Amino acid sequence: MLDNIRGGYHIALKDIVTYYFKAPNISWGLLFPFALILAFYLRSPGEFLELVPGLLALTVLFGSTSMEAIVITFERRIGTMERLFLAPISVGALVAGKIVAGAAFGFCTALAVLVIAVPLLSIPVHHPVLLLLGLAIQSLTYASMGALVAVTVKEVFEAQTLANFLRFPMVFLGGVFYPVAAMPEVLQYVAKVFPLTYGVNTVQAALGIGLPPDAAYIWGQLAIVAAFGLGLYFISTLVLSRQLR
Amino acid sequence: MAADKAPKAIEVHGLKKRFNGFDALKGLDFSVELGEIFGFLGPNGAGKTTTIRILTGLARPSAGTARILGLDIGRDMRRIKKQIGVVPDVSNLYGELSAADNLRFMAALYGVPRSERTARAGELLEEFQLANRAGSPFRTLSRGMKRRVTIAAALIHRPRILFLDEPTIGLDVNNARALRRAIIALREKGTTVFLTTHNLEEANFLCDRVAIIQAGEILTVQTPAALRAAAVERPILEVTFDGAVSDRITAAIQSLPGVCAVRLEAGGTVARVEADELSAILPRLVSLLDETGLLIKEINTLKPTLEDAFIRLTGSGEEVHPGA
Repeated sequence: MLDNIRGGYHIALKDIVTYYFKAPNISWGLLFPFALILAFYLRSPGEFLELVPGLLALTVLFGSTSMEAIVITFERRIGTMERLFLAPISVGALVAGKIVAGAAFGFCTALAVLVIAVPLLSIPVHHPVLLLLGLAIQSLTYASMGALVAVTVKEVFEAQTLANFLRFPMVFLGGVFYPVAAMPEVLQYVAKVFPLTYGVNTVQAALGIGLPPDAAYIWGQLAIVAAFGLGLYFISTLVLSRQLR
Repeated sequence: MAADKAPKAIEVHGLKKRFNGFDALKGLDFSVELGEIFGFLGPNGAGKTTTIRILTGLARPSAGTARILGLDIGRDMRRIKKQIGVVPDVSNLYGELSAADNLRFMAALYGVPRSERTARAGELLEEFQLANRAGSPFRTLSRGMKRRVTIAAALIHRPRILFLDEPTIGLDVNNARALRRAIIALREKGTTVFLTTHNLEEANFLCDRVAIIQAGEILTVQTPAALRAAAVERPILEVTFDGAVSDRITAAIQSLPGVCAVRLEAGGTVARVEADELSAILPRLVSLLDETGLLIKEINTLKPTLEDAFIRLTGSGEEVHPGA
């Protein structure tokens, strides 16, 4: 167990240093959400606040999945992943290490946006701890989704295509720009299968924008996001383990 | 007592691997002693890499068993991995990390205590003559240097067994020689080395014993000397002339008592004479050639090579390099 924790930690640390926290990634990671926020703010400053929870969730989604899917696929292509398979740790620990690195990047990006946007735009925060916990759990869940994408494809371009194939329906149907409750009934059912829907709900409730700031409700939504994350993690581990046969 | 008996480094029984209806391994049986350099020799596609992948946990066998240091590969792979080092045929470390950082990362992954990682990495970089490139990103190193860093990475946790898959492939002569010396030094320190290669001279030079594998089957396991001795049934005399030998002279040599076969090479200027007793045939041959007036430049008795043994066993020398 200790070997696995240690191994996963060092893999995460190595990925963070090697891939994620590089100037181009950091600048892109911050530029993307700020450009979106600015665009929506300039369009309708009066209604902008309603979009903040969705944009925050979106920042976490893209920050956590974009590089995750590419990093694993890239390492499998160049053979460095095989070196990790040779280490005395479980495949689960390897996948966990990869996920934690991706999640750390997504979380830090969202945190940077939060730190700048909250005072600047006078965004209310009713449950700061739950908000941070929510962003952290979402980061892990979306990074697990990125990991699943990566282990099911062989090429980097396939990973990008599949990641977008999953992300874009989530963005449009997950309540980021338009409330799920106002969508046609069929689409509301579709929205239920996306972790982003519950992620947006947690941010909305934590900020008290669009939903009442009910802590019990936030915990319930977080539990669903976490369940998605665990499911995606176990499937990724299973798929990768089967490839060693 | 049986319980006190030290386990073999590697024991393989009936190991099979089937890929999509193709039998890559057809029931391998062999063992490797502690402290020896064991060569796994065969042409491309013979099953060398598949065997190494199974023994190191990168693939699972379809049938059969294997034990490494007495531990079963099916049940104890994580414990086995702590005691083995693996050098794949491709140098696959992280290009963006420096040589030293790659080694420190591997040390961390294998549980080398934090206080020892830097010292151990430095020690290995020194040993492999890479200390002056410790801070260079791995991607900027030459092929030979990359190979040496990859081997150093496999040794970072002081494994008892080192698996080397085609260690000198793609290296120039000097780098290949340096690497072979390093492999011998490892054996002297007590490390067991399992080496796959299709370089026959390398196997001959390095290995205590070699297994020859072809089409997923082990043809033989012997010392290189025993293999060479068994390679040719009769001694061979190689005679080099100052000109081409005519058909008439060839027929005359062939008719000498005791001569079994004559083969001309190098445009007819070299005759390879197979005979039952070289000491008996040599005076007759010299006397015959004297009569023809043909000038003999050189006479050699040939020792069989590992290549002879390989060709005899596999029936083909294709895709096998006699030496680098």
